[in-house]
Amino acid sequence: MHTFAELTIVFIVLLDLSLAVAGSLSYCIKLVALQGVVAGLLPLLAASGAPHARAVLFAAVIVGLKGAVFPWLLMRARDKSGARKDVEPLISYPASILLCLGAFVAASWLGSRLPLPETHVAWIVPASLATIFTGFLLITTRSKAISQVLGYLVIENGIYIFGLALFVEQPMMVELAILLDVFVAVFVMGIAIFHISREFDHIDTAELSELNDWRRGEYGK
Amino acid sequence: MIKSLLLLPLASGVMAFLMRGDAPRRQLLLWTARLHFLLTALVIYTRLASGEQAEVSAWFGYDSLGVFFLGITSLLFLGASHYAVAYLASEKRDPGEDFGDGSIFTNAPEAVFTGCLLLFLASMTAVTASRHMGLLWASVEATTLLSAPLIYFHRHRRSLEATWKYLLICSVGIALALMGNLFLGAAGLKTGAGLDVGGLLAKAALLDKPLLKAAFLFLFVGYGTKMGISPFHTWLPDAHSEAPAVVSALLSGALLNCAFLGILRANAVCARAGLADFTGGILVIFGLFSLVTAALFMLGQRDYKRMLAYSSIEHMGILALGAGLGGGALFASMLGALSHSLTKAGLFFTSGSVLASEKTKRISEVSGLWRRAPRTAALWLAGFFLITGMPPSGIFLSKFLILKEAIALKDYWLAGAYLFFLALLFAGMARVFIGMTFGERAAKPGEKPYAEPGGMLAPAAAFFICVILAGLFIPGWLNALMKAAALNAAGGI
Repeated sequence: MHTFAELTIVFIVLLDLSLAVAGSLSYCIKLVALQGVVAGLLPLLAASGAPHARAVLFAAVIVGLKGAVFPWLLMRARDKSGARKDVEPLISYPASILLCLGAFVAASWLGSRLPLPETHVAWIVPASLATIFTGFLLITTRSKAISQVLGYLVIENGIYIFGLALFVEQPMMVELAILLDVFVAVFVMGIAIFHISREFDHIDTAELSELNDWRRGEYGK
Repeated sequence: MIKSLLLLPLASGVMAFLMRGDAPRRQLLLWTARLHFLLTALVIYTRLASGEQAEVSAWFGYDSLGVFFLGITSLLFLGASHYAVAYLASEKRDPGEDFGDGSIFTNAPEAVFTGCLLLFLASMTAVTASRHMGLLWASVEATTLLSAPLIYFHRHRRSLEATWKYLLICSVGIALALMGNLFLGAAGLKTGAGLDVGGLLAKAALLDKPLLKAAFLFLFVGYGTKMGISPFHTWLPDAHSEAPAVVSALLSGALLNCAFLGILRANAVCARAGLADFTGGILVIFGLFSLVTAALFMLGQRDYKRMLAYSSIEHMGILALGAGLGGGALFASMLGALSHSLTKAGLFFTSGSVLASEKTKRISEVSGLWRRAPRTAALWLAGFFLITGMPPSGIFLSKFLILKEAIALKDYWLAGAYLFFLALLFAGMARVFIGMTFGERAAKPGEKPYAEPGGMLAPAAAFFICVILAGLFIPGWLNALMKAAALNAAGGI
């Protein structure tokens, strides 16, 4: 019954792994968008019987936002910032993928230990935890500001899948409020990226290091 | 009434974006703040007079805890709006020269600044009014997004760096609180408790304990990031030092409290479920750790706005400590939240005047402030005595009550460590404040006499007087409100 949903889960984990090795920014943006769309469709695939109109509507909103609006915003930010096309990771790609695989193993172990309610879809909890970890990996080991936004979105995808696994039904209003927040977050971060690129001539966050406590006050001198 | 409280700043914020003239927009800011305060006073009054839950829907409503934090937010915004009007007028006169490296920068359009300020108030009002954990989360995240443009008012590199860190660290941090909400929902899945605060409290005893613990951990880390609990505080000193003084005041005085409210909501549910020891332990450990962090970074501090930011981390630590100890200390936490908000906002307001006079944020470059700006210097020194907890002040009272509770619980190690780090913090801050206020002053070349802006200093003076009064005498209604709020925070209804 849930074969489709389980295949989708496998797909999501594969997307995590590709994100860990993807070298081009636009490719990363597309991967994250695809993951968002797949995650948005997951509740429809996992539902037994015909889905509610509410679920279909909500899935449509998610697919529209994550599949079209976010990638468009991020592509625009990338083009306007004139960023070079690759993600410039701080650690090597093999290291990234090893960390990602390690995270999946750890997530499987953790998923079996957590006292969670029984899920109908196998591996959904480990997959969601691994996705969250991949998001953190992207934030911490990629220097471009856009990659960090992508990491944030991947974490959001992971949490969304985790919510599905737990069957926590939030009221429509709350779900929409959360989506609105994520949308505004991406929007505001996009504007910030534009300013960073104008101010610093690049969007490498490793250069955002003037503010700290120990070398304080040396700027401009 | 709750509807108008929420809609008023929302509508004014949208209007501020659309308005053309600066003068009417500033009036809009002032009058929105005043009206908001008036409505808040009415809400507090009805709450105290009737004792009933003023529920308008399942989403929004006010218990004593929410009302108390609403009161702090509204009062603070009232002061901040008066400061902001004077500040914006002075910013228009002389456009920015970067005090750091002398480069020229522009400011964000005033319409954006005022609009975001008002929408920020709307989102904080929503945080205090939320009766649903999901909505609370969405509101807290909204505060981050709406305050980020405020930090980037002065458009230069350092404020941009601060804004980016703030956006990213807080958004990711708060994403963890979303995980917490999911765990919370899962904990009540079998009982149908849902995520609204009332339902959770009513069915607290039936919630799944291990999942509830996980929920608290995630909520604590998530909202703790926003609150500035060490070691999740890293965005805080940057944002507070680079934002305009009025924004720093609002971040420190109102926003951190809103995040604290999120933690207290989680604490209430856990305490009612019989997990008070677990949550108390976490709150005490991280509270104390925040004190240690603040003390260490205070000692070598070179920037006075960053120093104020670390002092905020210290006080957030104290609030968490008080909440963790429970009992009388929880009441002390409430008093501390109120007094710290007012004092710190006053200090940030004063720091704005110091910066305008001295054109530097470096501690070593400021001395003999009283010769050039006597009123600013007097407030700066008064703020120092208040924030470090010299009697009479609300902060002294709250710090003392927490110590008393620690001793009453026979936790002598904790009491000793608490006192030691408070002393360290006092010493660290005394060095800065005394050095800046007194001493000789070498006139800088080309320096014009400094006209102290009364409009920027008056709110600080008013706040300081309130804090001193709170140390001498707490009116009956405030006492009752804080007691009821502390009861709510410990899981009482």
